[in-house]
Amino acid sequence: MSWHRKHLLDIESLSAGEIVTVLDTARAFKAVGERAIKKVPALRGKTVVNLFIEPSTRTRISFELAAQRLTADIVNFSADASSFKKGETLKDTARNLEALNADFIIIRHSASGAPHFLSRVVNAHIINAGDGAHEHPTQALLDTFTIREKKGRIEGLNVTILGDILYSRVARSNIWALTKLGANVTLCGPSTLVPKTFEQMGCRVTHNMEEAIEHADIINLLRIQHERQRQTMFPSIGEYTTLFGLTKARLARTKPDALIMHPGPINRGVEIDSDIADSGRSLILEQVTNGLAVRMAVLFLVNGGPGPQGVAVG
Amino acid sequence: MPETLVVLPAAAIQRALNRIAHEIAERNENSTEVVLVGIPVGGDVLALRLSAILAEIWQQPVPVGILDVTLYRDDLGGRIAPAVRPTVIPFDVTGKTVVLVDDVLFSGRTTRAAMDAINDFGRPKKIQLAVLVDRGHRELPIKADFVGKNIPTALSEKIRVRLEVPGRADEVVLEK
Repeated sequence: MSWHRKHLLDIESLSAGEIVTVLDTARAFKAVGERAIKKVPALRGKTVVNLFIEPSTRTRISFELAAQRLTADIVNFSADASSFKKGETLKDTARNLEALNADFIIIRHSASGAPHFLSRVVNAHIINAGDGAHEHPTQALLDTFTIREKKGRIEGLNVTILGDILYSRVARSNIWALTKLGANVTLCGPSTLVPKTFEQMGCRVTHNMEEAIEHADIINLLRIQHERQRQTMFPSIGEYTTLFGLTKARLARTKPDALIMHPGPINRGVEIDSDIADSGRSLILEQVTNGLAVRMAVLFLVNGGPGPQGVAVG
Repeated sequence: MPETLVVLPAAAIQRALNRIAHEIAERNENSTEVVLVGIPVGGDVLALRLSAILAEIWQQPVPVGILDVTLYRDDLGGRIAPAVRPTVIPFDVTGKTVVLVDDVLFSGRTTRAAMDAINDFGRPKKIQLAVLVDRGHRELPIKADFVGKNIPTALSEKIRVRLEVPGRADEVVLEK
């Protein structure tokens, strides 16, 4: 299985084989990160632009380090310091970046579909680093990588995603990736944030925390995204924690080998008990390490793209 | 179907490896300094076989590593990304004589990439090159120290090295 796409825009359009190609490639890149010299010349001379029109620390830094470890040059472009405030459109900004010979544009944007739009108006490789509530493909790839590394497989595993599903691009990308690879996905959270319509994506939806985590092999906790909620979707943080927080008592009733994930940033004492976050059951920091390897793999693969005169498939 | 010619049958491959191992032993008097590093696909299998023969000659184990050179290639842009295989170098190469092992020596670009890659793991005292087949057409000033067989080829021809294919004997085949 090889990779023929010029961009990484979403998980929805990827095949299971393409996802596995990224995961296999990432395994080799993880080993690069364990060497004394953590840098390889695969993208020497290439220019990567981090175009982050929405705040982010860990994803931006992860992409930045990934590009540097591939010997690419990287420029960070954030909304605060940019011409967006002066009224420039996204298309004009991207064309300006391309005029500087940017080979890759990594975009985070509050509007769903912004990366797809860019891929149609510029020639650079586009990587989606999160678009609105739509998708966050590299997060799903690193989560899947982490699960596969720990459990040895994805197929047949019970994965429970807990929390703010409605506003979560992480949830959507994870649902696509996990169901394509044959996992059984359960979604759980307040009914306002986890509507039954998600069953159409091939998931089980429940609003009962105990039931959701009882048979889970993996529990992926999501942060409540205050910034994306237009109205209050549940009465209070305290009530959320009471009903859906991962406490020690609840963890004790899960399978003994169930592992805990969280894309960060975590709200200690809200969706997760502070001690659990630091325990041996938590994969939170491994997710960060794996994220770097996955992003190196994605940059490397899209650089190959469809070949010299090929048409973008992505 | 392309016309194919077996240029090295299994027995000849084994004889070539025996000879290469003895040449490596002759060239490197200080056996404790020698490590073998195979370049997949092909060189990794050959490196393991050479290690076994050398271990008998020297009466001591000879370390083997695997070096994937994909990320050091000079032709990555503008083509479908090649598969990246794991690199496993379970020893420090600094101060060692690293014998790179590849199945076919052709343009020399893989060897160039391998030398760059190995330098990221340390500073070997020496790097030597052992190949099963040298088919000519070098594009870089690179020459093998140990050659199993020189096989003059046309650029249009292909050399296939088949090692450990289930249900078949090892062989090196020339496709016209």
